[in-house]
Amino acid sequence: MKLRRSMLFLPGANAAMLSTAFVYKPDSIMFDLEDAVSLREKDSARILVFNALQLPVYREIETVVRINPLNTPFGHLDLEAAVRAGVDVVRLPKTDSAEDVEVLEREVERIERACGREIGSTKLMAAIESASGVINALAIAKASPRLIGIALAGFDYVMDMQTERGDGTELFYARCAVLHAARAAKIDAFDVVWSDLNDEAGFLKEVDLIKRLGFNGKSLINPRQIELLHNAYAPTEEEVEYAGRVVTAAAEGERKGLGVVSLNGKMIDGPVIDHARRVLQRAEASGTRK
Amino acid sequence: MKIVKEALAGTLESSDLLVKVSPGPGTGLEVVISSEVMQQFGLQIDHVVRDTLARLGVTAGLVVVEDKGALDCAIRARVQTAVMRGAEAQTIDWSALS
Amino acid sequence: MTDLAFDLLDRLPRFDGFAKQTPYLKDPELKRSRKICPSLEDAIRRSGLKDGMTISFHHAFREGDKTINTVVDLLARMGFKDLTLAPSSLLSCNAPLIEHIRNGVISRIYTSGMRGKLAEAISHGLMAHPVNIHSHGGRVKLIQDGELKIDVAFLGVSTADCFGNANGISGRSRCGSLGYAKVDARHAGTVILLAEEIVPFPNAPASLSQDEVDYVVKVEQIGDPSKISVGAARITTNPRELLIARLSAEVMVHSGYFEQGFSMQTGSGASATATTRFLEGYMRKKGITASFALGGITGGIVDLHKKGLIERVIDTQSFDGDAAESLRTSPNHIEISTNEYANAGSKGAYVDQMDLVILSALEIDVDFNVNVITGSDGVMRGASGGHSDVAAAANLSIVVAPLIRSRIPTVVRRCTTVVTPGECIGVLVTDHGIAVNPRRPEIAQRLKAAGLPVMTIEELQQRAESLTGEPRPIEFLDKVVGIVRYRDGSVIDIVRQVKG
Repeated sequence: MKLRRSMLFLPGANAAMLSTAFVYKPDSIMFDLEDAVSLREKDSARILVFNALQLPVYREIETVVRINPLNTPFGHLDLEAAVRAGVDVVRLPKTDSAEDVEVLEREVERIERACGREIGSTKLMAAIESASGVINALAIAKASPRLIGIALAGFDYVMDMQTERGDGTELFYARCAVLHAARAAKIDAFDVVWSDLNDEAGFLKEVDLIKRLGFNGKSLINPRQIELLHNAYAPTEEEVEYAGRVVTAAAEGERKGLGVVSLNGKMIDGPVIDHARRVLQRAEASGTRK
Repeated sequence: MKIVKEALAGTLESSDLLVKVSPGPGTGLEVVISSEVMQQFGLQIDHVVRDTLARLGVTAGLVVVEDKGALDCAIRARVQTAVMRGAEAQTIDWSALS
Repeated sequence: MTDLAFDLLDRLPRFDGFAKQTPYLKDPELKRSRKICPSLEDAIRRSGLKDGMTISFHHAFREGDKTINTVVDLLARMGFKDLTLAPSSLLSCNAPLIEHIRNGVISRIYTSGMRGKLAEAISHGLMAHPVNIHSHGGRVKLIQDGELKIDVAFLGVSTADCFGNANGISGRSRCGSLGYAKVDARHAGTVILLAEEIVPFPNAPASLSQDEVDYVVKVEQIGDPSKISVGAARITTNPRELLIARLSAEVMVHSGYFEQGFSMQTGSGASATATTRFLEGYMRKKGITASFALGGITGGIVDLHKKGLIERVIDTQSFDGDAAESLRTSPNHIEISTNEYANAGSKGAYVDQMDLVILSALEIDVDFNVNVITGSDGVMRGASGGHSDVAAAANLSIVVAPLIRSRIPTVVRRCTTVVTPGECIGVLVTDHGIAVNPRRPEIAQRLKAAGLPVMTIEELQQRAESLTGEPRPIEFLDKVVGIVRYRDGSVIDIVRQVKG
């Protein structure tokens, strides 16, 4: 059960950021070759990310590369660079259908064979950025066993919907659809970026909302947001204490060979135990909420 | 690879470097390095630049590096990019890059 | 009368009119205006300054100083040679002094630090005699012990009255605290005030008092206060500085010293200023206040003071306009001399009462020795400041620094120059993790219990080297260009001339 609360976006062409970003300890780091890189620097960013991924420090953290769409002149080269550099996850932007993922998967496998990388070791993520993508979310989420999650990307989506970013009402259906698709496929779900860095209160309000909806986490554009997000996702001391008792009771029940366990008269079944484990994992990672 | 035209890669921001390659006046390979960290890392930078060029099969041309304290991985990347741009390379030999 | 009494009377002077010692009292105008000089040149002549003597200055205006260069220019024009320059510190703005060192006006220097072109030139062997680098407290010790004998002090003040009662909190160019100048005023043979404005007598408060001042001369401008805090007082948005600040605030909170009435010093760096901001939340949550904050004072400290979270602010140097203004307006913002601040030879230095201090570093080695004077290229570019003073006396000294600056590792096997001995440093906070000096196992235990990322300093050093590669040792020549004096006057290290 990999913790994926924070996915930090880094512009792929920025040498200084690539040389330091790991210190912020997000759950995943995403090197962006797509929107954050100008057309003139697509080649230099691709090669810089390829080289940065060789740094031993990036083996201590989950790495993601956002490639350009495969129907652009850059997509295939980006994918070669990412898979050959040993990235953990390839993130496909603008995913509209299951077929987009299937095409990606075939390409990834071809490159894995070509460079001698273990087949299947490159994981995938699909970003949904359109009305079609939202409608096809379930098919996309189930399109490949390599998928570790799907993400909603807000900017292009609201344009496609002929609206704009506001209080979240505009994302309501898409968030629910993506989240349900991810849960049905048993993979992770990531929410949109929050771009107004100076509006900390607005960011925290959105984090509270998506956490309650059930998202695993959120894409982040600045390291300053990581600590805020992790703290918002951190359980309270009471929650940790209760989760500890649930896990202990479950372990005890297992040892005694009991099919059903109860704690203070309440039944504890599989999902409750899973939830308790997630709470303890978040507490292990970032302590209790400050 | 053969450098056929002048090309640049990188920036002069801190922790980055600017690499300029050109066919050069002579037949040999000339590497000129200036760096903010010349005293401590000049030799290492020279080594990384020459090693990267050798892997790409660059044997002739002028390579001018202006370093702002970049890590080796950035130095390699900028040299590779400048060479590929200067050689007008259409394909990438990935094994020469790692 | 006995013979004994006659003997005594023979030796004592006979009364010779009321104004024998004070002739100016016979002239109603002169007795008031006798210290006022029409020009700086006139003041210098009257001071009796001679070749080979020692002159001093304060550096409260930091990069905005307009006194040191102006005075030395004039001394050069007047033909003085072979002077010892003893300002409390030197900065990049003092580059014009290079010329006066070359032409022999200045032959020796005592300073806390130096930067920019002047520091580069000296590091490359500009001077025949090595520069003595002292701490702020150590400077007072050298003066008290007689090694540093100031003949004439030139002290810039924003206002003074005709008698020399002066401060830095009224008038135009206000630097705030005159903590350094107070020491020179007390100890110098002759004290000349360079005042931007001569105000009606008596000027108050008198940071420098009339009984220590010889001459007062009006000058156009002593300094530019807007350049005191070059990047120091801003609240950083740099995520790396904020990360370090958050970690150092958490180290303070979990150190065991974060209790009602604690005391702290946070200095002027970006991370240090941000640490102050993070600390506010923790203080409110725990419901505690600090008894005092010490040292170079920034707007961040003043903010907590105004909010009632820091009871008293003890100010030896004001790092920005907010600090200077608070010194002017708050009765609990107190101006102190560097003798009271940090002198090991003082009968009572505030640093001795300090709980928690945040300090910076250019380099820190695996024995926790700290270098704040030379860059890792061997060139001087910093200042000893109060570093070794507070580190020695505080209950816990926390050094904060990024693990790597561009490609330069901060955590190294061996410091280029040692300014503060490792035995005085408790904790190192970097963006890659925290190291605790093995001498402080109780601190390591508390920080680990709080879930902070504690590792060994060797691990941090190796992590830095794995990213940057191993730096080649700097090549030095034999010539000694700097002598680093510890706060007690002893020699803790030397700086040699850089090769090339």
